[in-house]
Amino acid sequence: MFYREAGQYNTTYEQDLQAFPIKQDKIGIAIWLVLAYLFVPFFGIPGLEYGFAMNAIMIPVLIFTITTIGLNILVGFTGQISLGTGAFMGVGAYACYKLTSYFPDTNIIILILASGFVSAIVGALFGLPSLRIKGFYLVVATLAAQFFLEWCFIRVGWLYNYNPSGAIEVPQREVLGWIVTGASAEPMTRYLVVLSILVFLAIIAGNLTRGRIGRSWMMIRDMDIAAELIGVRPLTAKLSAFAVSSYFIGVSGALMVFMWLGAAEVESFDVNHSFLYLFMVILGGLGSITGSFMGAAFIWTFPIILKELGKSWFGINATVMENVSLVAIGVMIVVILIAEPHGMARLWQIVKQKLRIWPFPH
Amino acid sequence: MTDFLYSIFVGPFADMIALPDFLMQVLWEGFVAGVLYALIALGFVLIFKASGVFNFAQGIMVVFSGLTLVGLYELGVPAFMALIITLGVMYVLAFSVERFVLRKLVNQPDIILFMATIGLTNILIGLGQWIFGGETKTMITEQLWLPTGSSVWEPNGGLVIFQHIDIAATVIAVLMIVGLGFFFSYTKVGRALRAVADDHQASLSVGISLNQIWVIVWFAAGIVALVTGIMWGARSDVSFSLQIIALKALPVLVLGGFTSIPGAIVGGLIIGIGEKIFEIYWGPLFGSGVEGWFAYVIALIFLLFRPQGLFGDKIIERV
Repeated sequence: MFYREAGQYNTTYEQDLQAFPIKQDKIGIAIWLVLAYLFVPFFGIPGLEYGFAMNAIMIPVLIFTITTIGLNILVGFTGQISLGTGAFMGVGAYACYKLTSYFPDTNIIILILASGFVSAIVGALFGLPSLRIKGFYLVVATLAAQFFLEWCFIRVGWLYNYNPSGAIEVPQREVLGWIVTGASAEPMTRYLVVLSILVFLAIIAGNLTRGRIGRSWMMIRDMDIAAELIGVRPLTAKLSAFAVSSYFIGVSGALMVFMWLGAAEVESFDVNHSFLYLFMVILGGLGSITGSFMGAAFIWTFPIILKELGKSWFGINATVMENVSLVAIGVMIVVILIAEPHGMARLWQIVKQKLRIWPFPH
Repeated sequence: MTDFLYSIFVGPFADMIALPDFLMQVLWEGFVAGVLYALIALGFVLIFKASGVFNFAQGIMVVFSGLTLVGLYELGVPAFMALIITLGVMYVLAFSVERFVLRKLVNQPDIILFMATIGLTNILIGLGQWIFGGETKTMITEQLWLPTGSSVWEPNGGLVIFQHIDIAATVIAVLMIVGLGFFFSYTKVGRALRAVADDHQASLSVGISLNQIWVIVWFAAGIVALVTGIMWGARSDVSFSLQIIALKALPVLVLGGFTSIPGAIVGGLIIGIGEKIFEIYWGPLFGSGVEGWFAYVIALIFLLFRPQGLFGDKIIERV
C-alpha cells in the first residue's frame, strides 16, 4: 500500500540509473541517515546507557559493517573465499599506527583512509594465487596469509615501534580541534567519524558493485571460464576484487583500533575473527551491500542481547550464555543456508516484494 | 652477507651432521606430528570423496570427541564404557548431520556446503564448552591401556628418546589405515562408498542409498577423529586450541590432493617432518614460531605448480 512504485516514471537515463529508483526507498534511506546523524549521537539507543550503547554496540557495528562490505566484495561478489580477513584488518591497523608515528601532524582520518592502501597492496599480493587456484585451495592460500601476517605482527618489532608490551597503543590525535582518537576522545566524536567513513565507503561500494567492474566480478563468480571467453580479464577482475576488498578491510581494521579498542595486540586479528566476519557475510547475504549492514549488526548484537536476556530473565551466568550464543549462531547459519542461501538481504527483498503487491497477492 | 648465506645454506646442514642423534630426534618428532596431521586429513578426504563436502568441522570433531571421552570419564563412567558411548555420540552426530544438514542442502553449490560445516564447527565448539567446560583436560591415557613412559636409544653414544605413546600412535594409525583400506576394497559397504565417490548419479541408479552412505562416511570420519583426538590428547592435552592446529590438515590436503588417501598420508608426513626440521634448523634465522605458517606457505608455493596435489585427480573444467 505504502511501498509501491506505481506512478513514478523515469523519463531520463539518469533517473533510470539511480541507486535508489523508488521514492519510498529514498525516504527510507533519508530516515536512516537522519536517525544515524541526528538522533543516535545525542540520545544513544533508547533504553540503554549512552556510553554502553555507543562503545559496545554502535561503534563496533559500524566498523564491522565496513569489514563485512569488504569481505562481501570478495566472497559474495567475486566468489573467492577468504579466511584472512582478520590479518588484513591487522595490516590496516599497523599501517595506520606506523603512518601516524611518522606523520603525527597529518589529519588522522586521512591516514586511516591511506592505511587501507597498504592493506590493498598486501591483499592483492596474497590474491595472486587466486589466478591459478580456486575454491577450497584458495582457502589454504588465504590461511597462509592469515598465519604469516599474524606471525609478522608478533615478530617484527618495527611494526609496533618495539613497544615492550607488543601492543599498539593509540596516541591522541586532533582533527579541527576535536580530539578524535586516544583515551580522552568522546564516544560521540568517534561515532560520527566512523559513521561518516562508513557512509562514504558504502556509497563507493554500492557504485562499484553495480558498475562495470562489479559486473565483471560477478561474472567471474558465476563462471570464470565463460567470463574469460566473453572478454573479462580474470587477472584484473580477481586482483581488483582482492585489492578493493582488502582496502575496505584495512580501513575497518585501522578504525577498529583507533576509534574503538584504543590498543590492540595480535589476538584482535586472529583466525577466529576471520570466521566471525565470514559469518556476518553469510548471514547478511552473499553479494549484497544492504545485507552487510544487517549481518554485521545481527552477529554483533545477538550474543550481547542473548547474554543480557539470560542474565536478567533466567539468571544464567555469562559464560554459559556465550556458549549458547555460539550454538545459536551456528544453528542459525545452517538454518539460513538451508532456508535462504542468500541470507537476510533476500528475506528483506521478499518482504519488500510482498509489500509491493499487498493486499492482492495473486 | 656471506654469514647470512652461510646460515641458510651451510650452517643448518653442518648442525645436522654434527649431531646425528639430535637430527634423528627431530625427524621422529616430525614423523609423529605428521602421522597425526595425516589422520586429520584422512577424515577430510573420506568425507570429500563420498559427498564432495569440504568438511571444515573435522578439526573440531577431533577436539569434540576427545572432550566427550574425557568428560564422560570425569563424570564417573568407566574408561572403555566412555569410549563406546563416545562412538555412539559420533554416530548420532553423523546421523544428525546427514539428516538435518546435508540432506537439505543437496545440489547446492560447494561453497554453501562448506559454510554449513563452518556453522557446524560453531555448534560443536559451543556444545563442547557448554557441556564439558572450556578448560584444558588431560587425556585418560593409562585407563585406555595406552603406554606411557619412554625408551632411550643410544646409537654410537648419542641419545634419542622415543615416547611410547608416539610409537603406539604410529602403530594404531597404520592399523587404522590398513583397516580402512580393507574395508574399502573387500566389503560391500566399502565398495558402495567407492562407487559413490566415483559418480553420484551412477551409484544412485544401481540402488545405492546416498543418504545411508553419507551417514556411514561421516561416522567413519568421526571414528578417525576420535582416534586422532585420543592420540593427540595423550601427547599434549585436550583443549580447543587443537582446533587451530587441526587447520594444518588443509595444507596437508593441498600437498596430497583432496581425493587421495595415500596422498593424505604422504602429505601429512612431508608437512610434519618438514616443519619440524625448518623450525629447529632454520627457525632461529627468522625468530622462532615459524611452525605456525611454514606448512601454509609450502602449500601455497606447491599450489602454484601443481594445483591438484601430489596424488589428486587432474582438475578438468568444462564450460
